[in-house]
Amino acid sequence: MSLYYAVVAALLCGMAVIGLFRTDDLLRRILALNVLASATFLLLVTLARTDSGIDPVPHVMVLTGIVVAVSTTAAALGLTIRAHERRREESQ
Amino acid sequence: MTALTLGFDLLLAAGLVWLGWQALFLPRRFAAVVHFMAFNLLMALVWVRLEAPDIALAEAAIGAGVTGALLLTALGRLPSAAAVGSHPQQWHRYWRYPAIFAACVGAGWLAWGVQRLPRPGLAAEVTAELDATGVSHAVTAVLLNIRALDTLLEVAVMLGAVMLVWSLGPALRPFAPATSLPGLPALSRLLHPLFLLVPTYLLWRGAHAPGGAFPAGAVLGAGGILLLLADRVGWMQQPRFKTLLRLLLVAGLALFLAVGLGGLLLTGTFLAIPQALAKSAILAVEVATALSIALMLMALYLYGEPGR
Repeated sequence: MSLYYAVVAALLCGMAVIGLFRTDDLLRRILALNVLASATFLLLVTLARTDSGIDPVPHVMVLTGIVVAVSTTAAALGLTIRAHERRREESQ
Repeated sequence: MTALTLGFDLLLAAGLVWLGWQALFLPRRFAAVVHFMAFNLLMALVWVRLEAPDIALAEAAIGAGVTGALLLTALGRLPSAAAVGSHPQQWHRYWRYPAIFAACVGAGWLAWGVQRLPRPGLAAEVTAELDATGVSHAVTAVLLNIRALDTLLEVAVMLGAVMLVWSLGPALRPFAPATSLPGLPALSRLLHPLFLLVPTYLLWRGAHAPGGAFPAGAVLGAGGILLLLADRVGWMQQPRFKTLLRLLLVAGLALFLAVGLGGLLLTGTFLAIPQALAKSAILAVEVATALSIALMLMALYLYGEPGR
């Protein structure tokens, strides 16, 4: 079953890469990066299922990764909003 | 039973791929963001299927809740999709197909490579060390004792993100839906006890079962964002609580560092917790980290420094 989800993760990775480079809208790029991050997390967790049981180390990496992903998303969105406001002030 | 779970897995994977596709390629931004939130909810179900309940709890609160709120707020601040630069870029005619082909080949290669990766795993090693860590749940043990340095740095990264966002300027004037939606304050009053009860339970449970600082902090932060939306946390904006807010924001990192330095003094190794103190030290770090994570999620949602 974990191999089956690994294939799904690979498919999502490919889709996210296409989505990332297909658009020049910053918000959509942030979305695509988040989908890519989710796909990577899925790949890591499928690798955690070993013959000797479930390896908790990748689980911990994903848990910290989710929090880091939300922090970077917030920082990127904050920068996008400020850049847009600056551009609007300059054009007025 | 197996046919049922197989069908469920197939349905889940199909839903995941479809929602991912919609989130990436729908022309309307709002629809893309909503599909992304649904994608994260399905992702939480996938974590449950892959027997990772800790990640499922954090994903449901952070991925679907907090990230969705952040994206929707940003969406309201950015120009509508009709503005320049929001349409999918027209690629050069000759490069489009090679690029898509390369991405497909990369994905196929990844899928093929994953099947033949060696999977040594550290499950046996972690189980052997579990008694010495002070907690009986493997994920919490790795998170706060065996690989505590990763967690310490992760909290530092999050604090760095808060500092970056706050350095950009004053907090955005919150669009207060409380005035246009009178049901929202009532709803937040109704849900508030639950938003305190669930994280406390998760925190207490973390020592022996799925739960702990990260899911607790995530749920508490999601509740905090609901309070921000209902305009009920005025103290964050007031100058006299400025120091307290900053102290609470760094509490998790500070206590973590204190425990690490204490370990350096007692045992000679940074972040090595003596076995006798492990249980109480981990609990203290967990409480402080959960509080800090919740407040940092709220601080990020403000998109700027409050009270400036």
